[in-house]
Amino acid sequence: MNITLSITKNIHNWLFSIMPEGIASIAEMVLIAVVYLAIFAVAGLYLVLLERKVAAWFQLRIGPNRVGYWGLLQTMADALKLVSKELTGTVKADKFLYNLAPYFVIVTALMALAVFPFTQEFQAFDINIGVLFLLAISSIGVIGILLGGWSSNNKFALIGAMRSGVQTISYELSVGLSILTMVLISGSLQLSEIVEVQKNGWLIVQGHIPAVIAFMIFMIAGTAETNRAPFDLVEAESELGAGFHTEYSGMKFAYFFLAEFINMFIIAAIGTTLFFGGWLSPFGITESIPWLGVFWFVGKTLILVFLMMWFRWTFPRLRIDQLLTLEWKYLLPLNLLNIVLMALIVWLNLTIQF
Amino acid sequence: MSYFGNIYRGIKTLLTGMSVTGKYFLTSRKGAITQQYPDNRDTLKMFDRFRGEVVMPHDEVNEHRCTGCQKCEIACPNGSIEIIWDRQVDPETGKKKKMIDQHIYHLGMCTMCGLCIEACPTDAIKWAQNFENSVYDRSYLTKVLNKPGSKVKAGIED
Amino acid sequence: MDTNIANSNLKSEDYFINMGPQHPATHGVLRLLLTIDGEIIKKVEPDLGYIHRSIEKMCERDSYQQIVHLTDRMDYLSSHINNEAVCLTVENALEIEVPERVKVIRTIIGELTRLASHQLWWGVMGMDVGALTTYFYGFRDRELINDIFEETCGARLTMNYNIPGGLMFDIHPNFVKRTKDFIAHFKTKLPEYDRLLTGNVIFQKRMKGVGILTKEDAISFGATGPVGRGSGFSCDVRKHHPYSALDKVTFKETLRTEGDSLARYEVRIQEMWESMSIIEQLIDNIPEGDFKVATNAVIKLPKGEFYQKVETARGELGVYVVSTGTKNPYRLKFRSPGFSNLSLLNHIAVGGKIGDLVASMATLDIVVPDIDR
Repeated sequence: MNITLSITKNIHNWLFSIMPEGIASIAEMVLIAVVYLAIFAVAGLYLVLLERKVAAWFQLRIGPNRVGYWGLLQTMADALKLVSKELTGTVKADKFLYNLAPYFVIVTALMALAVFPFTQEFQAFDINIGVLFLLAISSIGVIGILLGGWSSNNKFALIGAMRSGVQTISYELSVGLSILTMVLISGSLQLSEIVEVQKNGWLIVQGHIPAVIAFMIFMIAGTAETNRAPFDLVEAESELGAGFHTEYSGMKFAYFFLAEFINMFIIAAIGTTLFFGGWLSPFGITESIPWLGVFWFVGKTLILVFLMMWFRWTFPRLRIDQLLTLEWKYLLPLNLLNIVLMALIVWLNLTIQF
Repeated sequence: MSYFGNIYRGIKTLLTGMSVTGKYFLTSRKGAITQQYPDNRDTLKMFDRFRGEVVMPHDEVNEHRCTGCQKCEIACPNGSIEIIWDRQVDPETGKKKKMIDQHIYHLGMCTMCGLCIEACPTDAIKWAQNFENSVYDRSYLTKVLNKPGSKVKAGIED
Repeated sequence: MDTNIANSNLKSEDYFINMGPQHPATHGVLRLLLTIDGEIIKKVEPDLGYIHRSIEKMCERDSYQQIVHLTDRMDYLSSHINNEAVCLTVENALEIEVPERVKVIRTIIGELTRLASHQLWWGVMGMDVGALTTYFYGFRDRELINDIFEETCGARLTMNYNIPGGLMFDIHPNFVKRTKDFIAHFKTKLPEYDRLLTGNVIFQKRMKGVGILTKEDAISFGATGPVGRGSGFSCDVRKHHPYSALDKVTFKETLRTEGDSLARYEVRIQEMWESMSIIEQLIDNIPEGDFKVATNAVIKLPKGEFYQKVETARGELGVYVVSTGTKNPYRLKFRSPGFSNLSLLNHIAVGGKIGDLVASMATLDIVVPDIDR
């Protein structure tokens, strides 16, 4: 029996023992939501710090090192500053949509986190169409960006928002298709099930060639989905100033900012779950201690996050038409071919299993 | 086939770029180009020709070398130097001589061109290597270079 | 659907965007009035004057020694070459022959300035197309040049090391060693620039065939420097009208015929190699001698008109002096390369996307104080 699971089980039993079943389950949901919110708000802040540190190391700098030991409290301080800042807005902005937009972005980002199996049985919401849920949720986020760009009555923001619309709709397709490729081999849409399947070898090994291609496409399209460089046309600093969030300040800006990093974590987490065995340890070395799965999950996710940061700090930005060319002329046809290839491999039973 | 060739070549160039940044990430000293400025004040030494601000060196008996010839004031392109002078009787020779009362230097207007120091015939002013020139009020930037009670060193003529 | 029908049924308007005066891509206080149809640029109107300091008028007030330091503030990235231009004008007018040592030192520092300018340009070029790391790599190498300048001239940017008749003071004893170290260092780093940015497929796609300027247009717009040479216009003043010690060195004038952004980019990268070769040819044999010749304390140019042009990092800088024989010029006109190069922005950016505008503007290598003066 491991510790984490027994704690959650105890809380569960205790809640159900002191109140009626309906209220207890609602209380449990609220409790879990609050815990998730707290953990991932802090995790998002530390991802920002990680990004800044990694960027600094790529650029031969030190990075934040003044607030707290080794700069560990820097992003906390930044968040505090943003909370205390005045929320400004343009005079002619559509106030309702303008205020609504950041919540769309942050809420969808946090919602998507619910379905990830961090380790065995450590999952808030084990839905049997988890992959579909992820795809659906992640495409809502763009509405927030569109709303924000549209309602702030700023031309730069509008251009950024329109770019975002074009970009996300296009790359949604590639993310979906590359995930679909992996669904073909795993045979399930349930994320915990997908991880179970990988006990015979991670899917990137099981599916070999098509899985590697799918992973590459997924990473490219995923980077584009999160609007990060080299696909950061939405906020293209040197072209649009700050893009869609030009007119946002204070905490509303922080929501956009945090959502970007949580989205990055989500894309990396999907990649981990679908390609690298989720919380499974390599060769099952820590299979007997299930709670170590969190360590493996986060570790693999951070490696993929690092890969995305590496992209960001190396590549120049694409132009909007090249972005679409890349999607519709390269990624999409390759993806469709790849699905056929994967289907063949699954059909002919050519997968590699240990 | 050029379609796949393009993809291959494209990915290769991307990986080349990533290898450059990756090499720096792994092998270089972290923070190789960062100077942690206020912390390294003790070790930070400017080059001896660095133009920080104009100063007038005084020796231990509070004597400077400025004769008040005003060549620096004329050489200055934007009027950063003002010299208030007077003719006083030199106690040694008994002759009337030009003496400076105040050598006023407006650091806030100075463009560090160095023409005044080039123009000075007696090397009375020189560059200081001080670069922390920020103050809370710009009136502090107007400095009187000759110390109170100082006088010109004997035997210095322009 | 036929696009014409779509256009006739839907009312669409061009709209205007103010790019600048505060904008990350305009490198200073340049304001561009863009007329845009969606992402497509219809018209670019540069609006100047945000950093106009009337340097030319101030020159009419100042003596010839004082004029030199004002030119530092024009194109601050090639300040030494600007100073040299004024000094050469005055020296030619006075018919002073400066010592060989001065000529060689001026050329070496001028080429170092060009290298520093191109390094900074490379850094911000990468930033403008979105590769943020280039900035720090460019600045890392530029810092070494700035250290050389600081040790010898006393300042990193606005050096004011030249005076009419020579140099303000002799080179620092460490100068030769530091310069050699820098050249050795930069020879290993410049190929890295290519690996990181030039070869990158995204960068190639962004630059190739974008912002095309034909040779005829380059000549008629008065484009000089790397912009003109990228279009095949042989306009290197160092080659055609060598000044200082440039007639003693051999170097190639880099020419590209494509005229697109990539050509301008490659011209600058190639120029860095050429500058290093020029420095290498001179650094080992700086002749002994005086570092200045004595001039009158008050320089009076003879009555007449004098013109001298030099090649700054951005192109041809001309200094035109009208003298009435007094200690101040009657009129002094700078023909600045940035102004002419900016004038063709509308020509090369129309029809492209916003991203293209930013990329082509970066290859023009605009320094706004040089344009406004």
